[in-house]
Amino acid sequence: MAKTDALQGSLDLLVLKILSRRAPLHGYGIMTAIEEISGDALRVEEGSIYPALHRMEEAGLVRAKWIEKSNGRRARSYEMTARGRKQLTSEEARWTAVTSAVQRVLKLA
Amino acid sequence: MSWIGRFTNLFRRDRLHEEIAEELASHIAEAVERGRSAGEVRKAFGNELLQRERSRDIKLVPWLDSLASDVVFGWRQLRKRPAVSTAAILSLALAIGATTAAFRLVDAVLLRTLPVAHPDRLFYLAVNYVDRDGQPDYRDDFDYPTFQKYREAVADRADLMVVGINARQDVVFGSAAEPERVYRQYISGNVFNVFSLQAALGRLIAPYDDLTTGGSPVAVLSYEYWTRRFARDPGVLGKTFRMGSDLFRIVGVAPRGFIGTEPGAVTDVFVPAMMNTEAIHSLGWSWFRIWMHPKPGFSAEQVRQLLQVFFLREHQERLKEFDSRTAKTAIKAFLNEKLLLLPAASGASDVKRQYRRPLLILAALVILVLLIACMNVGNLLAAQAAARAREMALRVSIGAGQWRLIQLVLMESTLLAAIASALGTFFASWSAPLVVSMLHVPEDPVRLVLNSGWRSLAFSVALTSLVALLFGLAPALRASGVKPISALKGGQEPPSRRRGMKALLAAQMAFCVLVQFVAGLFVASFQRLSNRPLGFSAEHVLVMDLSASQKQPLQVWMQMADQLHGTPGVQSAALAGWPLLSRNRWTEMGVRVPGKLTEGRPSYVLDVSPGFFETMRIDQIDGRDFRRGDLPPRLGASTQPLPGVGIVNEAFARVYFKGENPVGRSLWLPIAKDLSAPMQIVGYVRDAVYYDVRERVHPTMYLPMNPRQHDAFLVRTAGDPLALAPTLRSLVLKARSDFQVHTIETQSDFIRWQMLRERLLATLSLFFAIVALLLAVVGLYGLLNYLVTQQRREIGIRIALGARPTQVVRRVTTDLLAMVSFGLFLGLAGGLACGRFVESILYEVKPTDPAAAAPLLALFAAALLAVLPPAIRAVHIDPAETLRSE
Repeated sequence: MAKTDALQGSLDLLVLKILSRRAPLHGYGIMTAIEEISGDALRVEEGSIYPALHRMEEAGLVRAKWIEKSNGRRARSYEMTARGRKQLTSEEARWTAVTSAVQRVLKLA
Repeated sequence: MSWIGRFTNLFRRDRLHEEIAEELASHIAEAVERGRSAGEVRKAFGNELLQRERSRDIKLVPWLDSLASDVVFGWRQLRKRPAVSTAAILSLALAIGATTAAFRLVDAVLLRTLPVAHPDRLFYLAVNYVDRDGQPDYRDDFDYPTFQKYREAVADRADLMVVGINARQDVVFGSAAEPERVYRQYISGNVFNVFSLQAALGRLIAPYDDLTTGGSPVAVLSYEYWTRRFARDPGVLGKTFRMGSDLFRIVGVAPRGFIGTEPGAVTDVFVPAMMNTEAIHSLGWSWFRIWMHPKPGFSAEQVRQLLQVFFLREHQERLKEFDSRTAKTAIKAFLNEKLLLLPAASGASDVKRQYRRPLLILAALVILVLLIACMNVGNLLAAQAAARAREMALRVSIGAGQWRLIQLVLMESTLLAAIASALGTFFASWSAPLVVSMLHVPEDPVRLVLNSGWRSLAFSVALTSLVALLFGLAPALRASGVKPISALKGGQEPPSRRRGMKALLAAQMAFCVLVQFVAGLFVASFQRLSNRPLGFSAEHVLVMDLSASQKQPLQVWMQMADQLHGTPGVQSAALAGWPLLSRNRWTEMGVRVPGKLTEGRPSYVLDVSPGFFETMRIDQIDGRDFRRGDLPPRLGASTQPLPGVGIVNEAFARVYFKGENPVGRSLWLPIAKDLSAPMQIVGYVRDAVYYDVRERVHPTMYLPMNPRQHDAFLVRTAGDPLALAPTLRSLVLKARSDFQVHTIETQSDFIRWQMLRERLLATLSLFFAIVALLLAVVGLYGLLNYLVTQQRREIGIRIALGARPTQVVRRVTTDLLAMVSFGLFLGLAGGLACGRFVESILYEVKPTDPAAAAPLLALFAAALLAVLPPAIRAVHIDPAETLRSE
């Protein structure tokens, strides 16, 4: 549970970051990408990734389209919009600021 | 994010559901492929349904949800302060109602297009000319011989139509005993074809009905009349009615919605133009408008130019008939006349022509009142918004978006506007018919279809939204721009807000003054007109319009007058060609007085019987009244001029005899081309108004009556003249069965008719002025009250520091009174600027009269009154209490 909690505020950031590198990607792909890159340190629950994606879609940060997969199934793939890119930049900066601040506190306190 | 996107989501809920389900299913399938168990993945998803709901919620619900909660919240806000809300709603309702009523009137009279094919390709002919006072004017009625010539001239380039002027006429259906009054319209046989109308029942009047004079006595009923009189009985076809001397057969019913071509009148019966047998061959008897529809390939202007050439040639032809002594200026004016084509898409009528400007002016006044009301409510809401600044700040600081706040405040104002609009519509549907009933006396009502269904509805919806935006947007934007920090600290609001509110106040005052000013002009105009001396006494005079089956000598008419005179309750009875102020006139241009050059000076002529002056109470200055046996100047049997006698008025004596007593003098009166007969003046009477209540008294000659078929009986009664009407009617019919009584009216009605426009303008503008004043005063009061509340702390401190009451009052009111004065000044300037537009419909009142500024004093007094209570409250602020509460 602790893992997901830590992710709470940063899921959007992670999703956007993943999409900025390897779009388009469907929900499952995004989930596994996060897990793989973090070396399984971060686990994304199915229960939170889709609401997050849908919310971001509504907010115009990502857009989705259906693509045909090799097995005949359709998958909904997401890619980042221009607004998403802007959001990513500012979120990333904010995150860096916050974590480095936390770092400093941890070191110096 | 877009609202539209969410809204479309609302309508494709099911697809949305499926898509989400498919996406999740696809995910599970992939996970299973990679070796996880389906159950585990499902568990990780949690409750799938819940998951789906959550995803859907993100796409759909929040907006709807917030909308619903805004409605509820808005309603609660309105209910929380019932006094303010009620005041806002009532004032808005009044303004919206008045605006809606004005729209319905303007729409019905000026805007609504006829339900016919190609209304934009319909025109009617008019001739413009310069009237006697040098003002440009136009006439649009024509006679049949002229129409025939025009029709030949345009041949196959356009359809020319006879579109008769609606007139009331008595008809007798079948074997009914009592005649009924219908509105009949003569039309040429091609009208229904050109309009592309289809009969609702039977057939319409066709070209073959309109070929020979009196040849086809058929009639088509309007749908409205068919419904009202015959309850849509299909058996009406083939029924007959008698109108004049002809028996007409009903052959059809016009389509629903087509009620004739004249805004202000609803046609009951259409009959072929060629059935107007009396008028059809008379040159100069104008009884219809000529409508024109250019055929494909021809423009209206092409047709007009063609007609203009023809018109000019005809004018030059007619000039040869002129008396050789006709004034050169008159000839020049005659030759300068031009043929015009006016658009007929929305019909043509005298009501439309006469009330165009008054209606537009009233509409403008109404819009001003509406603006004042909107500003009021706007200021009210702004004050409220200020009071709610903390609430808004709290919302912002817990993350409410800007749009969300705008939506919240706009919802409130929309609610206000919607409620006011509903009330206003009630008010409009009650008041618009009331105004219409003011347009005419009961005998000859103006009939308008006021509620045009979707047009009225569309207008109401548009107006409501506009009004909501108008007063709601500014407070909404302001609320959304609130700075949480300063608001939560309880700091001062930015001074820019108060400046905005004060600017609104100044504008409100300016509009109010404008309304007062214009209303003042109309009221003064109506008063002057009502009080103008007419030179005769209209009270207790009954006017009976009679005709005989053929020309009767004066002797016969006088016998009838004697009989009427003998009736109890009748003081005197006399005859005239027509009653005074009945909008009939006979103008004589060629009067010559020996030794006096008065070229082209028009005089009015009226033929009257002995006893006319006594009956009308026109005082005799000198000479005598007419006697039986007196004759007018006339043409003898062998076309030699025969002398006659006449009576003249003071204006006549002023123009022709330097104001000296003209009794015994002689003059020459033209009786045929280049032929005059001598007339001896036997009587000299006081001035009386002849044609129009607004005109100055013109030189007038009264002549003895010739044998005639048609006459107006004037009966002076002791009591209520209308009470005697039935008795007199039956008396006439009993005495002479070959006589017909057309109408019985009072002479006062004629005067009232002529002052309808002034009465309407005065009454309605006065009403609007009062409403505007009330609204402005309430607005001023509200604003000052708000300011005092806002500055309570400051005032408290000042009082604590020893400020005197006068200083306190001055402090809170100086600014406002400056704004009020500024507004008054602006409004006055605006009023003077608009004055030119209304001047033409004023009677002896000039916008520049100092008296026109009188309403300003009233307004200023009202403003002081409104300022008083909040100012007193400011003085009584208890510093200790105020400071404690902060």
